[in-house]
This record gives sequence, C-alpha cells and structure tokens, in this order.
Amino acid sequence: MKQKTLFIIAVVCLLLGFIVAALLYNVEREDQASQYAAANNAALVRMHSPTLGPADAPVVIVEFLDPACETCAAFYPLVKQIMAANPGQIRLVLRYAPFHKGSDQVVAALEAARKQGKYWPALEALLKAQADWAPHHRAEVDLIWKHLEGVGLNLQQLRNDMKAPEIAGVIEQDLLDAQNLKVSKTPEYFVNGKPLPRFGIEPLKDLVDEALRSAPRR
Amino acid sequence: MNAAQAGAPGHDESTAWTLIFGAWLVAAASTLGALFFGEVMQLPPCTLCWYQRIFMFPLTLILPLGLFPLDRKVLRYGFALAVPGGLVAVFHLLLVAGLIPESIKPCTQGVPCSETVIVWFGFLTIPLLSAVAFGTIIALLVAAHLRSCK
Repeated sequence: MKQKTLFIIAVVCLLLGFIVAALLYNVEREDQASQYAAANNAALVRMHSPTLGPADAPVVIVEFLDPACETCAAFYPLVKQIMAANPGQIRLVLRYAPFHKGSDQVVAALEAARKQGKYWPALEALLKAQADWAPHHRAEVDLIWKHLEGVGLNLQQLRNDMKAPEIAGVIEQDLLDAQNLKVSKTPEYFVNGKPLPRFGIEPLKDLVDEALRSAPRR
Repeated sequence: MNAAQAGAPGHDESTAWTLIFGAWLVAAASTLGALFFGEVMQLPPCTLCWYQRIFMFPLTLILPLGLFPLDRKVLRYGFALAVPGGLVAVFHLLLVAGLIPESIKPCTQGVPCSETVIVWFGFLTIPLLSAVAFGTIIALLVAAHLRSCK
C-alpha cells in the first residue's frame, strides 16, 4: 500500500533527521565549550576562592557551586571521594553560582564562616541539612543558623561579617565569571581548565583520571 | 495517492488523505523541533510555549489515526487542537512584538515569554515558527474539509 509506505518513510526520515541533528549539535557544543573555557581561562580561578587540597596538586577541579542546589549537595561527597582516592593529587577550588533565590545570603554566611576558619565544616553542615533550610528550591537564610550551631562558630560575629562589602564583591565576581564561562547550571566542573563533555559523575571521574595520567606523578 | 483523472471516484478521497498527511508532517516536524529546542538545546520552554506544545503534540498522534483508514472525523479532532493552539501562538507573537501590554502577561516568573531566545535569518523566532505551523495545519485541514464536503 503506497500510502502506508509513504507514512512510514516520513516517520523514519523525521526521526533520523532528529537524531542526526541532535548528535551534530552535541558535538558542536562540546567543541565550543572547550574552546570557551580555554579562551576564558583567567576567569576560572580567582585569588579569593576557597580551596581544598595542596596548592601544587597536578589536578585542579574548579567547581561552580550553589549551596542551595540539590545536585551540588549530592555530588559534594562524591567529589570528596575522588579526592580521597587520589591523596595529594587533587585541589578543589570552589566558585559560587548562587542561582537559587536567597542563595547569595547563604554564600555570604559561608564566606563569613571562612573568616573564622570554619569554612569547610560550615559548608558540609549546610549541604547535609539543605532540605531543611532550602524548602521548595528557595534558600531561607534564617533557617541555616541552627545547622551551624554544631560547627563552633561565633554566630553573632558571623552575621556582622556577612554584610561586608568584600563578600558581596566575591559573589558578584563569581557570578560574572560564571556568566563569561557560560555556566548556567550547577554544579559545573572544570578539570585543569576543561569542562565536562557531558554532565555526570562518571564523566567527571574520567576527566580526572585523564588529567592524573597526563600529570607527572609525585 | 495520485488519482489518474480529476473527478474519478476516490480522487477527492485521496486528495483529502494527502492534505491530512501534509498537516501531520507539519505537526510531527514541529513536535520534533520543540523537543530539539527543549531536550537537545536545553532551552527551558516558557509558559505559553508549554500551552502550544499541549496542542501540538497530540496532533502528531491523532492525525495518523485518521489516515489509516481515512476517517474524516479526524478533522473535527484536529481543529479542536489546532485552532486553540494557533490562538495561543498568535497571542505569543503579539506579546513578543510588544503589542500586548505588560499587565496581561501570563508569566512573570521563570522564563519570560516575551524574551526572544532564537532569531534565525533576522526574523524567524520560535513563536513565529509555531504560529506558521499552526496556521499551515489549520489551512490544510480546512482544505481537506472542503474536499470531503463535496
């Protein structure tokens, strides 16, 4: 039957067209993302960013993080695992991309905790309790205090420090860099300046392994 | 498909079939196009875009049901989806063009519908593509209806 054949050919052509276009688009986008990151390398690491791991580590993971982002909270322990599996080889640099409403206030609290030398415990406490202080994808800074109590911070001091203009400057700079690096979703990772080819923990592991292989072992 | 002579029995029938098939082609291409924008290019659809998807996607599935075997009733169901979808698309176009004032904009949060994400060849935007697609589908279905009324 001619009509049925025509219909089936049309369906196959449309679907093939879609698949080919999607593949081509993704290849193109990967290329662009790498070129973009290479061209904007200066925006990747700033002096003000909190870092974990040795300064001369051969592999540097730059993570754009939103403390209110669920996937960031879920990936954080996985990144720590990758670092633990390669002791002394990896340095983690955190950049802020507070895309959730109210999240910039939480970032300010974290930066204030950094002044008291409790940055990483505060971050870990907040990520663990995220569901409690960020209901319905909206960060409520008033709800974070009780989760910071166990960290041993001077909360009065912290609330004062949060308002410091240099903290606002850090957030502004990070958001600007995120925009320039085309970071529109969190978490976004760059391993030695290279963006993930596609999102996921496996691509991140692969990229880290690749960087470790090409780096001189110490 | 191509009836040998005009006026031959079955000629109108096969013309109607071709017209509905054409409408389905437009609907299927639009559906895949919308999925490409959303899932491949990962552009978040705005509220009005969602309404247009709600009317476009079912056309892709319903029109073929009226093709095998040819069932003119599918025109009724097709119009019920294509006409409201077309109206939403026209509304969206007017909104982007700024002809509808801010106050009746249905979406203020999330992705604003008045934002233009893609412009091809200097004039082709996603709402324009949608309006053209719905317009073509309606025209083809009207033509099919006139054919089968004879």
